[in-house]
Amino acid sequence: MAILEKRKKALSVNPLKASQTMGATLAFLGFNRAMPLMHGSQGCTAFAKVFFVRHFREPIPLQTTAMDQVSSVMGADENVVEALQTIAEKQSPAIIGVCSTGLAETQGCDMTLAINEFRSRYPQYAKVAVVKVNTPDFSGCFETGYAAAVTAIIDQLIEPSERAGTRARQVNVLCGSHLTPGDLEFVIDSIESFGLRPLLMPDLSRSLDGHLPEEEYSALTTGGLTIDELALVGESGATLVIGSSLAQAGKKLEEKTGVKSQVFPHLHTIKQVDNWFMALSELSGMPVPNRWRRQRRQLQDAMLDTHFMLGQLRVGIATDPDLLLAMHDLIASMGGDVVAAVTPDKGPALEQLTLETVKKGDLEDLEYQARQHHAEFLIGNSHLHECAERLHMPHLRIGFPQYDYLGGFNRVWVGYRGIQQALFDIANMRLSQHEEIPTYHSPLSQKRDEDNILRQQQGV
Amino acid sequence: MKAKDIAELLDEPACEHNKKEKSGCAKPKPGASAGGCAFDGAQIALLPIADVAHIVHGPIACAGSSWDNRGTRSSGPQLYRIGMTTDLTEQDVIMGRGEKRLFHSIKQAVEQHHPAAVFVYNTCVPALVGDDVDAVCKAASEQWGTPVVPIDGAGFYGTKNLGNRIAGEAMVKHVIGTREPEAAPEPPIPGIKIHSVNLVGEYNIAGEFWHVLPLLDELGIRVLCTLSGDARFHEVQSMHRAEVNMMVCSKAMVNVARKLQDKYGTPWFEGSFYGISDTSQALRDFARLINDADLTERTEALIAREEAKVRAALEPWRERLQGKRVLLYTGGVKSWSVVSALQDLGMVVVATGTKKSTEEDKARIRELMGEDTKMIDEGGAKELISIVHEYKADILIAGGRNLYTALKARIPFLDINQEREFGYAGYDGMLELVKQLAITIESPIWSAVRDPAPWEEMPSEAELLIAEGV
Repeated sequence: MAILEKRKKALSVNPLKASQTMGATLAFLGFNRAMPLMHGSQGCTAFAKVFFVRHFREPIPLQTTAMDQVSSVMGADENVVEALQTIAEKQSPAIIGVCSTGLAETQGCDMTLAINEFRSRYPQYAKVAVVKVNTPDFSGCFETGYAAAVTAIIDQLIEPSERAGTRARQVNVLCGSHLTPGDLEFVIDSIESFGLRPLLMPDLSRSLDGHLPEEEYSALTTGGLTIDELALVGESGATLVIGSSLAQAGKKLEEKTGVKSQVFPHLHTIKQVDNWFMALSELSGMPVPNRWRRQRRQLQDAMLDTHFMLGQLRVGIATDPDLLLAMHDLIASMGGDVVAAVTPDKGPALEQLTLETVKKGDLEDLEYQARQHHAEFLIGNSHLHECAERLHMPHLRIGFPQYDYLGGFNRVWVGYRGIQQALFDIANMRLSQHEEIPTYHSPLSQKRDEDNILRQQQGV
Repeated sequence: MKAKDIAELLDEPACEHNKKEKSGCAKPKPGASAGGCAFDGAQIALLPIADVAHIVHGPIACAGSSWDNRGTRSSGPQLYRIGMTTDLTEQDVIMGRGEKRLFHSIKQAVEQHHPAAVFVYNTCVPALVGDDVDAVCKAASEQWGTPVVPIDGAGFYGTKNLGNRIAGEAMVKHVIGTREPEAAPEPPIPGIKIHSVNLVGEYNIAGEFWHVLPLLDELGIRVLCTLSGDARFHEVQSMHRAEVNMMVCSKAMVNVARKLQDKYGTPWFEGSFYGISDTSQALRDFARLINDADLTERTEALIAREEAKVRAALEPWRERLQGKRVLLYTGGVKSWSVVSALQDLGMVVVATGTKKSTEEDKARIRELMGEDTKMIDEGGAKELISIVHEYKADILIAGGRNLYTALKARIPFLDINQEREFGYAGYDGMLELVKQLAITIESPIWSAVRDPAPWEEMPSEAELLIAEGV
């Protein structure tokens, strides 16, 4: 278990943290015909929108309650009602996720009251699901906000039931914020290959996978878990949770529906993927299909090929706890050493992390640690790039945001094939940094190469 | 900031919107709003000042998702690209520790980075809690001997536009006039007189101002300061000594130009460096207001030379782009300014966005494009797409916010806003503009993304079964 070393300095320099509010927003974007609504001033939404648009290179549905000076002081509950009504009327979404910002929380918003008011005033929109989640940006981080939203959805939209297992071949998957849409496609493929039917929650693989839909324009998400599908999760045979930050959400679902949950911290190492397939095999009563066995052998071969470059590689990682654990385990499984680790806030994944300490901090902290502990390789979001240049180290982009790297939003890290590619990439980046022994010219030697070159140049 | 102060900033006599009922700073509608807040506007306006430590005082969301997020370039210090925030915690908010954290944050920034000055941007939460940012800045400034400038633009005060003005106001109030400019260097051509000017609202996006600056240098026009692209703190301090101020493109910081005129009598004009005609016009306006016969003469010679050069270089492109139909939907960049750039290329502007344009701008657009030009006042993404189809536009030119919306609708697109990676200013910028236009308009991908997949034209399995009578 890693101890989280506290923040000691006043100023955060080159922030690593993204807000809880944005994490919650992302979770709602994994639902079909969804509209996340930030309860705050316009800028909160504008910044978040730019953040996601640059990362996914997609239009991002996101609205604001547009708190102004009067409502910030006098109360902004009416803004929530008005925003819900406007969105319901204009876009007729399936689900609206109301995420509070630091401004709304400081002001003292009562979202429950506002939503009740909306319900009683506008019964015609009773079919629009509305979920509220408290996500002030002065606590937590992206991962905690995302987890809070998933928990809130289970809490507020799933009816208590006792029909667990009536659809025995249906499997719920709670997908953590450390998984990309591409990762989720592996999750779906692998589950389906056992004759099971996955219900991903949230399902970014159908909403933010960068597909070109037929319709030219949509104000809402054009894919993701539907509300009808969500209503069926209580009948599933099992819930697989990927990401320690969602373990609580899995428990909550279990309490409400009786569907047993099983937690996988990540699927970023051969061992975790093995566990994943074993679980699927047990659930389905089917042997592991041959194509996965073949991919596993390919991964084993890649591990042999790349362990020369990854062995004892000194790595610095900066990201949210779930992804930090995943990347740490990947590096450690190849014999690399994570010598600098920074995370924006606490998370349950740190309990499983086999490092002594993790610094709660920013990219300046990572830069300092990487320098101090002689790191050779950096892993983190696009913001880390300049630090990597200053330190002359390769930089592998992970997490949010990746604004200067096309396809990063969707790359596959998990499963045998995904891990294999990750290992190749790290090894290649390492090779390109290979340091030759500096050429030595002996003053006593009789080579006299310089004279030869000079003679050639002069054409003598 | 008091409501009274905000109202005062909103009442800008030099802004055309003032005369109209619908102001550019109308109240946003919950659930149907886009665009940034006052903090966003304030930060964007000043962040390019390169040797300043820009501290965002607030919880993480304000700086966390916005730092190092702008295409502006510096020719020297890179300090402005380092994100700094007090990253307030729940304890700070509840226990009222924000001021203390800010004070120590300023200390940390000064000690670690030795900035020319520290700018502190106030945000919603500390504004609501009531942190006295002005007092902290004053105390910190005295304590550490570095200027610390409060910029009180909390998001809920209003729009991005208001934020721009708050930023400008802060410069006028705290910075401009606090230092004399350095002595002018030797003129580039012996014997000519060097004249000093400022540019307000030029941000050096993608370094585009470096297309223009060599021309000003050649004319002996010394740019004391550009507010704020590639600026240094001491340059801003000396802005009061300019002979002429140019408001570049947007009226967002028009309060600065007006106040400099009121306080120091500096005349100002509004211009743009987009397109051949406008670039030439801007140079002429400098010469006109400076009123130096020798400068006027040299300016005309330079314009003739540069225009001939760029027109020759554009000739092959003109053939390719001639007659192409453009829907122009600009945000901060003036519509009329880009219109003339496109017309220089023989392109047809079929419609243009005028949401942020003043009445005067609209008159100019009518003059340039004729009376029946479609002017788009309020434009959601959906409406924009339908106008593209209705007017058979070949390309949509708009801000980055609409980029992916356009691409989803399979419409060629050119990004004209501040996040873009290419510089279009000046004569040379036109060459970059045509290149980028051609890349998207002439791309072979459009049929591949528009045409249906071959099997979609075949009957589906169900249809076959029905046909077979099963």
